[in-house]
Amino acid sequence: MLEHYLSLFVKSIFIENMALAFFLGMCTFLAVSKRVETAIGLGIAVVVVQGITMPVNNLIYHNVLKEGALSWIGLANVDLSFLGLVTYIGVIASMVQILEMTLDKFVPKLYNSLGIFLPLITVNCAILGGSLFMVEREYNFAESVTFGFGSGAGFALAVIALAGIREKLRYSNIPVGLRGLGITFITTGLMAIAFMLFSGIQL
Amino acid sequence: MSKYKNILLDPIFNDNPIARQILGICSALAVTSKLETSIVMALAVIFVLTFSNLAVSLIRNHISSSTRILIEMTIIASLVIIADQIIKAYAFDISKQLSVYVGLIITNCILMGRAEAFALKNPPTLSILDGLGNGFGYTFILLFVGFFRELFGSGKLLGYTIFTLNTEGGWYNPNGLFLLSPSAFIIIGLFIWFVRTWKPEQVEEE
Repeated sequence: MLEHYLSLFVKSIFIENMALAFFLGMCTFLAVSKRVETAIGLGIAVVVVQGITMPVNNLIYHNVLKEGALSWIGLANVDLSFLGLVTYIGVIASMVQILEMTLDKFVPKLYNSLGIFLPLITVNCAILGGSLFMVEREYNFAESVTFGFGSGAGFALAVIALAGIREKLRYSNIPVGLRGLGITFITTGLMAIAFMLFSGIQL
Repeated sequence: MSKYKNILLDPIFNDNPIARQILGICSALAVTSKLETSIVMALAVIFVLTFSNLAVSLIRNHISSSTRILIEMTIIASLVIIADQIIKAYAFDISKQLSVYVGLIITNCILMGRAEAFALKNPPTLSILDGLGNGFGYTFILLFVGFFRELFGSGKLLGYTIFTLNTEGGWYNPNGLFLLSPSAFIIIGLFIWFVRTWKPEQVEEE
């Protein structure tokens, strides 16, 4: 049983990496990877948001939205799954808002360095995509916790790795027009090709 | 007058949402393997972006900063549902190909980014122009990337054969990498290089 969760965890970090295998959450990924320090901050924020929203959405899906899920109040034939998208984004947006207020109060330094990208975690497709994958693959509650933390950690790993590469790139002689964003795009493309190698592995 | 013109035209080359502001990249990778889907996606984004900017700008003095994210997301999600329904009603075939991606407009950060950075601080007319301008900037990149990916990846444009493939007796051996997402990164990277060589003032100092 433990093995099952362990392999799900490893799979969500490496083989099904949110950023480099599914290309979700790219905007934040590229914009906040200039320094390893901020990248670690963003990584932690994503792990936290992902780890909270996914189980919450899982509970809502299984107890309210799924076909027949409302039978506990006597509405056995109601299917609310078409409300999924709006509900998940609502949960995510309120979680991010709570996180924003908490950080602003207790860790203002991290809050300032994340800037506009904290509200943008709401529209980080990795978070919404994660919840949609969770529904599509019919994970139960424990699996959704594992998948939430695993996919968050995978995103954090990718963003910190890219930040490390970008810090080293600062010392290399890049053609003038390609400096900054241009070379970052190409680096990410190459990292993505490298991560494609994981795609055949079965756990 | 020139202020209006600048707000409308700047996002196309000078302050492009994808190449300069780093907004809306996921969808640029997902839908650009064909030109047709790129066009429909771009039209949907122009529609949603213009109206979400307008709506956010109209109510900007009535929302508190602690609930703004939820309100913006609700506006955007409702507009996306409208766009989705329109495409389903008038272009059903394309809607079948696009269905997942139209839903993903909700998480397209151009919308949220422009609402936060522009519409919350500016009057409605300027916000509409900003929405249109950024929509065009996004469209431009999508068409550019979609053009090269479809042409080199499958030898076609809008479904019409341009290069005859060697599997059909022609001479062109398609480059499968162009159909995979990493190629979009590399094409956008080269596009940025091209624009910045042309407009050197955009080069970042690191």
